[in-house]
Amino acid sequence: MNIEKDNQFVIEGKLALPYQYFSGRTGSRFLIRLRDDKKINGLKCNACNKVFVPPRSTCEICGETIQDNWVEVKDTGTVTGFTVVRYSEPHQPVKAPYILALIKLDGADTPFAHIVQGIAIENMKVGLKVKAKFAEKTTSTIMDINCFMPAG
Amino acid sequence: MGHRKKNRNVGIVGIGETKFSSHREDVNQPEMINEAVRDALNDAGLSIDDVECVVHGNMELFEMIHQPDLWHTLGTGAYGKDAYRLTTGGTTGGTLVAAADNLVASGMYDVVLAIGFEKLQEGHTTGGITNMADPLWARKLQSGALTDSAAVKVIAEFGEERAKRAAMTYRIIMDKHACLNPNSHRAFGLDWDQMDDLIKNSPPLIGNLRLIHMCSQSDGACAMIFASEEKAKSITDKPVWVRDHICIHREETLNLCNNYYPNQTTHKFAAEKLYERNGITDPVEYFDVFEMYDPSAWWGMDWIRDFFLLKDDEHIKLIENKDIMIDGKIPINPSGGVIAANPIGATAMVRVAEAAKQIRGNAGPHQIPRQVNHALASSFGGTMWTILFMLEKELNW
Ligand SMILES: [Zn+2]
Repeated sequence: MNIEKDNQFVIEGKLALPYQYFSGRTGSRFLIRLRDDKKINGLKCNACNKVFVPPRSTCEICGETIQDNWVEVKDTGTVTGFTVVRYSEPHQPVKAPYILALIKLDGADTPFAHIVQGIAIENMKVGLKVKAKFAEKTTSTIMDINCFMPAG
Repeated sequence: MGHRKKNRNVGIVGIGETKFSSHREDVNQPEMINEAVRDALNDAGLSIDDVECVVHGNMELFEMIHQPDLWHTLGTGAYGKDAYRLTTGGTTGGTLVAAADNLVASGMYDVVLAIGFEKLQEGHTTGGITNMADPLWARKLQSGALTDSAAVKVIAEFGEERAKRAAMTYRIIMDKHACLNPNSHRAFGLDWDQMDDLIKNSPPLIGNLRLIHMCSQSDGACAMIFASEEKAKSITDKPVWVRDHICIHREETLNLCNNYYPNQTTHKFAAEKLYERNGITDPVEYFDVFEMYDPSAWWGMDWIRDFFLLKDDEHIKLIENKDIMIDGKIPINPSGGVIAANPIGATAMVRVAEAAKQIRGNAGPHQIPRQVNHALASSFGGTMWTILFMLEKELNW
C-alpha cells in the first residue's frame, strides 16, 4: 500500500446556512414604491449631489445621513458594463444564458445590477440604452422589475 | 510572551453604542453600524475625515454573509481609508480594541475607529458555531454554546444549595444593573424574593444551566475611537488611557484530552501575567470596576476567582455580600453585562466601552456612585480566548 497516494480519507462536508436579511426602512421603502407605484426611487446626497440607486441611508463618501432625500429617477438608463451568465444554478432568476448588466438610470449617479433581455448576446454592448420592464406579478423584491429591454 | 512596552500611550476618545435588542428590522447591517459610528464621532467631537483607519469585526458566519466589511463601508466610514477586518469568535470585540490599541501605539495611525457588530436575528448562530471544530476529529461531536460545565464544577466544590443561590444572586445583581442601563436588551426587574422560584422553575437548558442564567442573542453595534496621547489630549479633556492589554488563547482539547498543559484557564493565566507586569498585587483593591464578558451567571460567578486571583470561596463571598453591586466594594458589570445584551461581535468591545465610560464618569443611570480611576475589562470567546484590558483615568503609572 502506498500511503502517499492511496487510502487517503476525505471528509465530505456541507453547510446549511439559513438566514434572513432585514432590508430596513430605506430598503423597504424602495421596494414598496417599486411594487405599488412601479416607480424607481433613489436617495440624494445634498453634500455631493450624487443620487444613489439602489438607495443607501448614508453617503459613504461624505458621511452624510441622506435617508429622507428621496428622488424619483427614470425607468430608462444606460448600460455601463455587462457579463453573460452561461451556466444554470437553482438560485438564478432566469435560465442561462442571460445578460447581467450594470445600468445607470437616467437621473441616478450609480449603476445597479439587473438582467437585460430582448437583445442577442452578440449584439450586447456598453452604452446600450435600456428601459425597465415591470413584472406582471409582484414578489416584493427587486424582481418586480422583470428585466431591462433595449429602449426605443 | 512576546510583550514589549508600548511605543506610545493610547487614549479612548470616542464611544458609541446602539440600543441592544432582539430585532432591528428598521435598519440593515451598515445602517445599524452607522448609528454606533455616528454616536462615537459625536462623542469625540470628530468627523469621519479625522479617522485614519477603520477596524471592523463580527462573528464569522453568524449572519451567513461573506466579507460584510466590504459593503458595510456604507456605514463604517471606511471609504478611502485603511481598513482591517478581524474575527476571533466571541472575543472579536476585544480583539478589535487590542488591534486599534496596537495600531495607534505603534505609530502607524494617530486616530483609529474600531467597530464591532452583530445582527443575530438575521442569522443562525448554531449553524455557524458547529463549523468551528476540526472536520475530521471533532465536528461530529460538536455541541453549541450552551454548557453547564461551570455549574458542575461550582456545585462539586461548594455544594448544591450554596452554589445555586450564589449563581442566582449573581444573576439578580446583573439584572438590577441591566435595569439601570438604557441600552440593555433584557432587563426584567428581578428581585430577591424571586430567588427560590427562579432556582427551581426557570426552564432548564442543559443540566443546571437554566434559561434565566444564560445570555441573550442580541442585535447591535459598538464603535470606539482611539488616539495617540498627543491627539487624545487635543480631542478631549477626558481621554481614558489603555494602560495594557493581554491576549491569551488555547486550543482547549489539548488540555482536556492529553493533560498537555497545566489545568489553568486562559482567564487566570492572563490575569497573573497582566498584574505581574503592571505591579498589581491586590486586584480587588486596585480596580474600581470590572466589566466582565460573562456569557452565563454560572460562568460569571466562577470566573471572578480566575480574574481576581482569589482563593477558596472568596469569589462566592463577594457575590453573597453583594460586593459586586454597583455601589459595592468592587462593582462588576454595572452595565448588566453580557446576560443583559449579547450582540456577539460587539459584546467584548462593549465591556471596554462601558469600563471607559465609568472612568469618564458619564455612563448614565448606571454610573458607579463614586470616583472610578482604574478599570478592568475582559473578553471571552470559544473555545478559550481571553483578552484583559487595564484602563486608567490618569497617565501616572
Ligand atoms: Zn455625498
